[in-house]
Amino acid sequence: MLLRHTTKEVKEREGLTINPAKTCQPIGAMYAALGIHGCLPHSHGSQGCCSYHRSTLTRHYKEPVMAATSSFTEGASVFGGQANLLAAIETIFSVYEPDIIAVHSTCLSETIGDDLQQITRKARDDGKIPEGKHVIFASTPSFIGSHVTGYANMVTGIAEQFAVSTGTKKNQINIIAGWMEPSDMREIKRLSKELGVKIVLFPDTSDVLDAPQTGKHVFYPKGGTTVEELQSTGDSIYSLALGSISAEPAAIALEKKCKVGFETLDIPIGLTATDRFIMKMSEVAKVSVPDEITEERGRLVDVMADMEQYLYGKRVALFGDPDQLLPLTEFLLDLNMKPVHIVSGTPGQRFEKDMRQLLDARSPETNFKNGLQADMFLLHQWMKNEPVDLLIGNTYGKYMARDEDVPFIRFGFPILDRIGHSYFPNVGYSGGLRLVEKILSALMDRQDRDALEEKFELVM
Amino acid sequence: MEANLHFPDPSVVREELIQKYPTKVAKKRAKSIIVNDPEIIPEVQANVRTVPGIITQRGCSYAGCKGVVLGPTRDIVNIVHGPIGCSFYAWLTRRNQTRTESLMDANYIPYCFSTDMQEENIVFGGEKKLKIAIQEAYDLFHPKSIAIFSTCPVGLIGDDVHAASKEMREKFGDCNVFGFSCEGYRGVSQSAGHHIANNGVFKHMVGRNNTPSVGKFKLNLLGEYNIGGDAFEIERIFDKVGITLVSSFSGNSTVSQIENAHTADLNVILCHRSINYMGDMMETKYGIPWMKVNFVGADSTAKSLRKIAEYFGDEGLKAKVEEVIAEEMPRVKAIIEEILPRTTGKTAMLFVGGSRAHHYQDLFSELGMTTVAAGYEFAHRDDYEGRDVLPKIKVDADSKNIEELKVLPDPELYNPRKTEAELEALKEKGLEINGYSGMMKQMTKKSLIVDDLSHYESEKLIEIYKPDIFCAGIKEKYVVQKMGIPLKQLHSYDYGGPYTGFEGAVNFYKDIDRMVNNPVWKLIKAPWQKAAITNGKSKGLEASYVTQ
Repeated sequence: MLLRHTTKEVKEREGLTINPAKTCQPIGAMYAALGIHGCLPHSHGSQGCCSYHRSTLTRHYKEPVMAATSSFTEGASVFGGQANLLAAIETIFSVYEPDIIAVHSTCLSETIGDDLQQITRKARDDGKIPEGKHVIFASTPSFIGSHVTGYANMVTGIAEQFAVSTGTKKNQINIIAGWMEPSDMREIKRLSKELGVKIVLFPDTSDVLDAPQTGKHVFYPKGGTTVEELQSTGDSIYSLALGSISAEPAAIALEKKCKVGFETLDIPIGLTATDRFIMKMSEVAKVSVPDEITEERGRLVDVMADMEQYLYGKRVALFGDPDQLLPLTEFLLDLNMKPVHIVSGTPGQRFEKDMRQLLDARSPETNFKNGLQADMFLLHQWMKNEPVDLLIGNTYGKYMARDEDVPFIRFGFPILDRIGHSYFPNVGYSGGLRLVEKILSALMDRQDRDALEEKFELVM
Repeated sequence: MEANLHFPDPSVVREELIQKYPTKVAKKRAKSIIVNDPEIIPEVQANVRTVPGIITQRGCSYAGCKGVVLGPTRDIVNIVHGPIGCSFYAWLTRRNQTRTESLMDANYIPYCFSTDMQEENIVFGGEKKLKIAIQEAYDLFHPKSIAIFSTCPVGLIGDDVHAASKEMREKFGDCNVFGFSCEGYRGVSQSAGHHIANNGVFKHMVGRNNTPSVGKFKLNLLGEYNIGGDAFEIERIFDKVGITLVSSFSGNSTVSQIENAHTADLNVILCHRSINYMGDMMETKYGIPWMKVNFVGADSTAKSLRKIAEYFGDEGLKAKVEEVIAEEMPRVKAIIEEILPRTTGKTAMLFVGGSRAHHYQDLFSELGMTTVAAGYEFAHRDDYEGRDVLPKIKVDADSKNIEELKVLPDPELYNPRKTEAELEALKEKGLEINGYSGMMKQMTKKSLIVDDLSHYESEKLIEIYKPDIFCAGIKEKYVVQKMGIPLKQLHSYDYGGPYTGFEGAVNFYKDIDRMVNNPVWKLIKAPWQKAAITNGKSKGLEASYVTQ
């Protein structure tokens, strides 16, 4: 047993987190910044932060993840990190020539009180930012929220610091991507194109973190939302924020700065969340939904109907991030499955309320906890008390799945031991189809493995 | 077969590497980029601050302390005091394998423990939460030891992890609780954390159990972390030759082994950088000499075994060592001879760690490959130039902040295993007793040494030299491979290994053969692109990178 010390008995904890279902803000900020074209993320703190975040993102994507660090030493920690950041900006622009440096803070620079706004302004005043280049920033203290919060803060920073309202509206819709994979962003763009809606999607890590092998390392890959596109978001007719935790804050910032109205939707994972997305797009852009999309939807519903017997009542434990967990839970309910335990380390009353509302209506007995001590240790204990048929979560779940001998589907961040998430979407109807295929394969492989010889089925 | 290689003038390369830097940066980097001469051994600037913004491979002190040194011991509950990230990122990512004797034995390696500090803990202090966390860990698991690791904010807000640990240790009575001030900002790299870890392990663990260890030839394995099962292979060989492994620092180790380490008669050091402090301190306090060895490479393994036998000076052991080498080598030789024609003459670059960039050159040379450039990520000058340089190293402000323990001979336990004269005689025989001659002595003249290689420099080096393989870590892996050059990870071994000992050498030969001769590197261009090349419309595949 790999997790042999995990006991069945659940004891309330106040100080100790064990096997967290979250990580810290800056990695989210780094990921978001990679979705801007020509941008180099910069970590204002100790070297370890940058190294850890790059390593984790690299393991997740199996792609280059470029980012720089302020390389704090004890001196910087005592006297402030301004000199380090100014030096970094100078070095980065001369050596790596980005269009944008996106600086995020860390627990270290936040604790000593470094003011990124003031330092980046000083960099500009001192002439360290070449003409036409940009340095943006986001405050991402690791001791608040989670990686999802950091993502949201950087996306908000991007919106606030780039969007311009020229007074002339553009016939386009902003889609603010909640934390999703490059494959998901590519799918959102494809669906929008099918719908005939002009969008600005940001951030957009497609063609950045799924770059082709060409024999050249393109330091700033062709993907990512461009500065021009970002500036134009201030003139868009509307914003759709996909995810109340990871995307909505940016939509609010845009509304505040440029008076672009917005609505927040779930990330379109599963049938009904995708339905809401398509309906909203069609409503806002005043387009009718093309037959191709209706047919895509039909294929997903068809599979759901044809395979319903293998899904019905199956008990699922899941952990991950709020904006994915909400629509995923809804989808599991649509599939007639039973989400039994749900855990997310990301705190927040909004998420708690939304999830409770969903569960109260459709699955009131589900165990659900988010925030402090809502960790995988707790989830595992719950699983020992009320066993499940399927576990869904990031790679760390494989230890629980192995110990409890439960089928496991990798979903969320980080996925360190499989590929696919960056290439095949989970969003949209096709993403739904992929999820159903994965769920069915996991459950049916298990059925095949465990069937008595006389019960082993050829046709299923 | 002698490799027939033509390389660019390394001094020209050096100029090219620093050309694009701002003047001050160029001046600083120039001192870390050195053209090697094994006869003279020029000075290399090392263990100095990284230039902010340069894109370094380096990590932090916490990573060196918790991640590297303490992480592999399976029965310590390692609680990271800080915001959640630090503990999360060091969770199972270093591949320290461990093997318990039974399912009942403690193994906390698959677990991640953190105090998950919140804003209120930063503002009002986190000691109270830390003590609650320690209590909860004790109540849940009843471990033999609990170690506390400080992350950046902890030092700044003034939480005293040592006082908290002491209080809890005294309260429990049967659980050794101790802390490490390994905040990420200390020192200039992971290296500071190694030193801090050495101090803590020496102070709080070594010497707690005086039960005499059993065996004729007793040693500790220092600086071996059982990545990919490296320690398992070394243990296998030790078993075979009849050497007793008292403890390992720290691959596949337990608390009680480390507490008993001072009963061994020799410390052999693999990774000099991360653990040499322990060797020195144990020699001063207990009289156990240390000796540098290398179990990476089949010939190096044989050589190291012979050195150990020489140290113990026992004819029976010497004979057994020869017997084991004679038994193990034929299989290794058979495989390398089959592979050699496909690898001979190829080139490698190694930029990694604090010892691996040196040790793995042995394996490449067994493969008939030349190391054209190498450097460490977090080493000091002695790892490049040899320990003779130690008195000449200027202690700067960043190093001064790391405590140097004042160690004295233990009034009861000090027992010099060898007399001065005996040690001198062993040194005469070529044993690196309390010594290490460093990487540069082994590298060819005009090879390039680069300390703390930046991303920019790595891409330039690849463009210029077009090596057949590049060795570094996960952050570099896919960057280099995008340039059409295979990258071998020497931190995680690309999830393979072991690479130590005889079995490990075979594994490595096969892996490198597979990588440098993999057909995928010839599939990068599509047929229509290749057609265009033949028509002279486009340049062929070349390692290069694009910033705009």
